[in-house]
Formats: sequence, C-alpha cells, structure tokens
Amino acid sequence: MVQVKEILTKALKKLVYDPLKIILKSRRGTFGLIIVLFFTLMATVGPLIVRYDPSTVNLSEALQPPSLKHPLGTDWFGRDILAMLIIGSQDVLFVSFVTALITTSVATFIGILSGYMGGKVDSALVAVTDIVLTIPGFPLLIVIASVLRTSNPILLAAILSITAWAPLSRAIRSQTLSLREREFVEMAKCLGMPSIHIIFSEILPNIMPYIIINGIFAFTGAIYAQVGLFMLGLAPYKSQNWGVMLNLAVNYAGAVFSIRQASLLAPAICIILLQVGLVFLSGSLEEVFNPRLRSG
Amino acid sequence: MRWIVKRIITLLTTFYIAITLTFFLIRLMPGNPIDVMINQYMQQGMSMEQARIMVSSLYQIDFSKPVWEQYIEYLQLIIRGNLGVSYIYTGVPVARIISYALPWTVFLLSISITLSFVLGIILGMFAAYRRNTKADHTITLFSTITNAIPNYVLALIFLFFFACVWKIFPMRGTRDPRIPPGFTLEFISNVFHHATLPILSFLITTVGSWILQMRGATISVLGEDYIKVAEARGLKGKRIMFSYVGRNAIIPLFTRLAIAIGYMFSGSVLIENIFTYTGIGYYLTYSVTARDYPLMQGCFLITTLAIILSNFIADLLYGFLDPRVRIER
Repeated sequence: MVQVKEILTKALKKLVYDPLKIILKSRRGTFGLIIVLFFTLMATVGPLIVRYDPSTVNLSEALQPPSLKHPLGTDWFGRDILAMLIIGSQDVLFVSFVTALITTSVATFIGILSGYMGGKVDSALVAVTDIVLTIPGFPLLIVIASVLRTSNPILLAAILSITAWAPLSRAIRSQTLSLREREFVEMAKCLGMPSIHIIFSEILPNIMPYIIINGIFAFTGAIYAQVGLFMLGLAPYKSQNWGVMLNLAVNYAGAVFSIRQASLLAPAICIILLQVGLVFLSGSLEEVFNPRLRSG
Repeated sequence: MRWIVKRIITLLTTFYIAITLTFFLIRLMPGNPIDVMINQYMQQGMSMEQARIMVSSLYQIDFSKPVWEQYIEYLQLIIRGNLGVSYIYTGVPVARIISYALPWTVFLLSISITLSFVLGIILGMFAAYRRNTKADHTITLFSTITNAIPNYVLALIFLFFFACVWKIFPMRGTRDPRIPPGFTLEFISNVFHHATLPILSFLITTVGSWILQMRGATISVLGEDYIKVAEARGLKGKRIMFSYVGRNAIIPLFTRLAIAIGYMFSGSVLIENIFTYTGIGYYLTYSVTARDYPLMQGCFLITTLAIILSNFIADLLYGFLDPRVRIER
C-alpha cells in the first residue's frame, strides 16, 4: 500500500505539481490557465446553474440594459445574454475539443506512418497531404456543411477536421524523420524490436509534447472555424452557440442600425479571451516540456 | 527546371482533385442539391420527367447518360471555362459574376498581405535588434495577442465602433454607386475608404505572426558566424542589417507566405460577408445560402485556383531568393 501511495504521489508531482509550478511562474501562463479553467467551468457547471431558459422568447423584456436580473441585459427576443453566453459555451468548447482530438489523432497517425515507413507509402501520403494543404479549408467547409446540414456535434467536428489535419501531419512527419535517424531508434531496430514497439515506446513519447501543443492550436483553429460557420448562418440554427449570437447581432445591426452593445461584444470578447488564453497556456506548456526555454 | 515541371504537375493534380470533389459533392452525396431541386420541382406539381428536364437545363447535366459520362462532360465544360449559368441571377453566366467579384478580393488581399508582410518584417527585425528590452516585450506581447484574435471577431468590433457608432467608415459595400468609376481622385479615395476596415481587420490579425517569425529568424541569423565576420571586417551596421541579416532572415518566411495566402482566402469569406464586400468570398456564402450551386461551384473553383497559383508564385520566388533550393531540386 505504501508503495502504491509513493508511486501515486510521485506521478502527481511529475504530472501536476511541477508543470503547474512552471506555468504559474510566468504571468502569461497564469493568465492562460485561469482563462481556460474559467471557460471549462462555464461550459460544464454553468448550464446547471443558469436560471433563464435562453430559448424562450419574451418580447416584453426585449433590449433591456444590464440590470441585477439580467447582468448583461437582454437581446431583441428578451433573452438573457449572459444565459445565452453560458449555454453557448457548451457547444463551442465540446465541438472544438472533439475536432482537436480528431485532427491531432489523424495527423499523428498519418505523420508517423509517413515518416517511419518511408518509400512509396511516404511519397503517397506526402502527395495527399500536399493536396489537402492547397485546397481552401474554410470554403470547402462551407460547401460541405451546406450540403450535409447537420446539427450532430460529432459529425460537425468530423467536418471541421477534414482539412485541418494536413499542416500538423506534415510537421509530425518531419519530426519522425529526424527521430528515425537517432541512435536510440537505430539501436531498437538493431535489437530486432517490432516496428509497433518502436513507434509506440520510442517515437511517440518523444514527439508527445509537440503533439499536445499542436493539439491546443488545433483547438483554437476549431473555435475559429466553428464560430465562423455559425456566424455566417451556414450551420443549423437549433444549437445555442456564440457564432449564432454574433450572426443575430450582425443581422439586426444591419436591419435596425442600433444594437445593444452587449449582444455583439459579449460573445466577441469571450472568443478573444478564450483564444488568447489558449495561446498563452500553450506558450507556458512549451516551457514545461522544453527546459531550455525557461527563464530564470 | 525539373522541379518547376514537377511543381506544375502537382498543382494541376490538385486542381483536378478540387474539380472532382465539387462534382461529387454537388451530384452524388446523400441530400445533394440536384436531388433536392428535383424534389422541389416535383412538389410544385411537375412530373419526375419534367423536373429532371428543368434541372438538367439549369445545370447542363444529361441524366440519360451514366455518371462517368456526365463527369467527362462536366470536365470538358470547365476546361472550356464554361462554369454554367447562375440560378439566382437568372441567366447571368457564372464566369461573368466571378470576373466582377474577383478583382475586389484580389485588391483587398494583395494590399493586406503586402502591408502585413512588410510591416511584420520591419517590426520583427526591430524587436530582434532590441531583444529583451521593453520595446521588444511590448511588440512581442502585441503580436501574440493580435495573432490569437479571429479576424472576423475583430472585423465585427471595427464594424460596430467605426461604422455604426462613430460613423467614420461606411458599413457596407465596395464603393459608392453614385460616384462614376474611373481614374478620378474621388473614386479612388472612395474605394479606399470602403476598403479600410476590411484591410485593417486582415492587417492587425496577420501582422503578429510575421513579426514573431521575423523576430525569431533574425535572432538566429544574428548568431551566425558570417555576421561576426562581417562585423569584424568593419562593415557598416546598416549594410550588415540589410544585405546580411535581413536577406537571410526573410528567406524562410517566403515559404510560409504561400500558406498565409491560402488562409487569407479562407478568411476573406468571413471578412467580405461582414462588410458586405462583394468579392468571391461574399458570393460564395451568398450562393450557398441561396442554394445557387453553379455559382457556388464557380466561386469554390476560382478560390482553389487562386491559392494554387499563389503557391506556385511563392515557390518560384523562394527558388529565386535561395540559390541552394535551385541546385537541390
């Protein structure tokens, strides 16, 4: 029992305490961590404690200024903006997270396969990656989303991943290529170890930090594409989403010329904060993984 | 010479795949627009035959032929530059709409990307020369933050404050229709007045990445031996800065220029929509919401073609700037 406890505390120290110490040391890292935690709480716990049902329309309360009852005011349909923001964060974060997961998995698989196997497999995969890199990502997304018209979050995430994996895959391939020539990999090969073993216990752990950091970038990219898609009104309207809020704010701004600032600025500021927070956090994580970057 | 031929083959393949992709998306996917449209006509009381004839005249498809023959015919039409006829703007050829929209997008993107690249290089070198000073920290922080902001969010904020609240810039459009187009000061200043907010949205959200990349590249070049040799030879600081440091630091940035142009074409879809700027991106979303598939297909293909061409030009430039590439390939 004592041993188990010892191992656990050691693991906890290595995986949680030490990285946390490095992150909290820098101002940017602390800021990023707080922002990301804040939005995670907003998306998971938030919807449980929201008092207003954001989907009900109450025209008698339309366009109210911020008050105690409605901290950010209401929109044209009398819906509470703060409540919409909180409910909307759920979809934004979930779909983006799944997209990042799919993107990085596909990129890692193709990148390692391509870099490790070499030869014809490699040239075929490189050709495919090059082509996907050239096809305009967001326009293709619009075309596909308009034909499929799905409101299923998993399917939406799959669509968002269609072209997003290519740049990361190319980068992982070149990482794998350089690792393949290193002594410890050559050694494992000489010892007759199976390729699967070499890939999973020699190559993958070495590029894991790289994958995690690029996973965060995939996450920010997914937020960009997803919110953009909803903002253009090209994905089904049923879901609550920051992009839908932006779309409504823009359309009503065009029609009425006087918009309540909160309905546009609140989702806009949330998106900016989340994106900046994620980038700061990824910068700090880079310091965690790469001791040479740490200052002081 | 050989690598140029190789590049051209890859680029042609990419374009061919993009064409094929749109064919399958529009004709063969479940819930594809052709089937939807036939169903619509049938609900309006047409027979299956009539509905098919209507749709086939609109899209220039012959349903009596097998799919692969339709595909060949479609390819032939595109090679001839015939992109079909718009469905919403009844009777107007898609090619004409594109020839009207494309100059606006190219205008917007070329100005934004040139300004962003040049400004990024200057500020990036400046930050690298003053590294670890307050100026450097400010520039780096500014770049990191603006780089993370989605361009359309910034565009919305600009639209709200500069066009709605303060009314400094126009809210929508590419130009004032009352002013006759021509080489007059009035017309040109009006065009730039309309383009300012879209260009600023692009510029501010992209300049950060150039600054950071140029800063990194400059710092690594400054550590090279040949810079120390140049300094030891007593060359002037300015000469070292421009023809030794600058020239070598810019080279890696050129490969990323092609990728950046691709991203900007994607971003222009969103920006053009926010400012109702009638370029390719605007017509792409417009055609999607209006279910005008010939127009959608045309806009998508022209965007792909533009990205392919800019990739090719960036590749050529790279080979021109870096002699090592020419020899290696």
